[in-house]
Amino acid sequence: MMKSKSLISIYDYSKEEQLQILDIAEHFEANPVQTILNDYVVATLFFEPSTRTRLSFESAANRLGARVIGFTDSASSSVKKGESLKDTILTVSNYSDLIVMRHPQDGSARYASEVSPVPIINAGDGANQHPTQTLLDLYSIKKTQGTLENLQIAFVGDLKYGRTVHSLTMALCNYKATFHLISPTELKLPSYVKQHIKDNKLEYHQYTELTEAIPKIDILYMTRIQRERFSDPIEYERVKNAYILRNEMLMNARDNMKVLHPLPRVNEIAEDVDANDKAYYFKQAENGVYVRQALLSSILGVK
Amino acid sequence: MENKKRKELQVSAIQNGTVIDHIPAGSVFQAIRILNLERSTEQILFGTNLESKKYGTKGIIKVSNRYFEAEELNKIALVAPRATIIVIKDFQVIEKKRVEVPEKISKFVKCVNPNCITNNESIITKFTVLDKDVINLQCKYCEKITAKDNMVFI
Repeated sequence: MMKSKSLISIYDYSKEEQLQILDIAEHFEANPVQTILNDYVVATLFFEPSTRTRLSFESAANRLGARVIGFTDSASSSVKKGESLKDTILTVSNYSDLIVMRHPQDGSARYASEVSPVPIINAGDGANQHPTQTLLDLYSIKKTQGTLENLQIAFVGDLKYGRTVHSLTMALCNYKATFHLISPTELKLPSYVKQHIKDNKLEYHQYTELTEAIPKIDILYMTRIQRERFSDPIEYERVKNAYILRNEMLMNARDNMKVLHPLPRVNEIAEDVDANDKAYYFKQAENGVYVRQALLSSILGVK
Repeated sequence: MENKKRKELQVSAIQNGTVIDHIPAGSVFQAIRILNLERSTEQILFGTNLESKKYGTKGIIKVSNRYFEAEELNKIALVAPRATIIVIKDFQVIEKKRVEVPEKISKFVKCVNPNCITNNESIITKFTVLDKDVINLQCKYCEKITAKDNMVFI
């Protein structure tokens, strides 16, 4: 179904296609080393560095037996010499069967998919989309809760600029989630995302306190609050500690509740949470490899 | 009667060509730009801040010897959603129709997002019209919305 189809935006996949990828990912989790892509070359073009995402893709490709070529940031590629994105993509498509790309500009991946004869997987285009993150988040939620339907999901931190939060919220609207939005006033979820929730006849509740929502939820999705998002540094100092999750705050949480985070974490989850069995963020990162294995193999038509 | 006569003379009649009437007074120059009339070698007459019974003030453009494709004319619906197109042959009105806001827009509007790939490489812009009344354009590439007030024409 997904054969040769680029993955640029999470909206490119229907709910059924998303669930199919999650099913395939489950098979890879049970049996991660399957050298079914022996005859394939996967290119990872990172026009800006993102070590975590790149390693996850390269690990997925390697476990499938594919060869990996690419560059880790544009300084080490011909982009620095002034080559256009189109020329880079057309050239690399001669050397590979699939291109994974990360690029600092919004819309770059969609454009690449228009010019490329081989499928593109978007590993982040500026502030726009990062669909493999959304899929691995869905996989982690489904795995820990046994379902994606009718869950209580809390997002904490920078909900205004967090691309991860926007995409996951929109995706979870397909699964009748109820949203608990916890952020400083200046970093609230944008109105177009809230409108999408309303259009789907779903509910959201907004909070400025982290502790209030914790007993009601199935998933606590933490994000980082970045200093550069604040025009007033005093305001940043005021809020930065209000959204730190500490172990004792999880006392009243539901048994099934799990803490997710797209990583890297700075200080928004205290280290004493790591030992709590509700902490799921490292396992979530591991899940990313299975989901990317599922994507590589289905887009190349092997699964 | 005499007033009416004078008003008609504000922009002279053309023998053959296309008249675009009921353009909002502030949008005449944008409409000229969108239709790429700046480079036309045909005779073009235009007026703006003219009296209009329906809308108070209006603008009008008269292009001699040019007949536009509907697709081309519909582009100006972005700045003149209530424009009337009048086809003239030998001083006679042959056809009168309204413009329609198209589903897709390409080439002539800039994406509002400075970090969009279309503003950083030589790429033709493409938009889907999300709301035909408000006229919100969603960029095919960066997925951001360019609202009517932020539109810049290329």
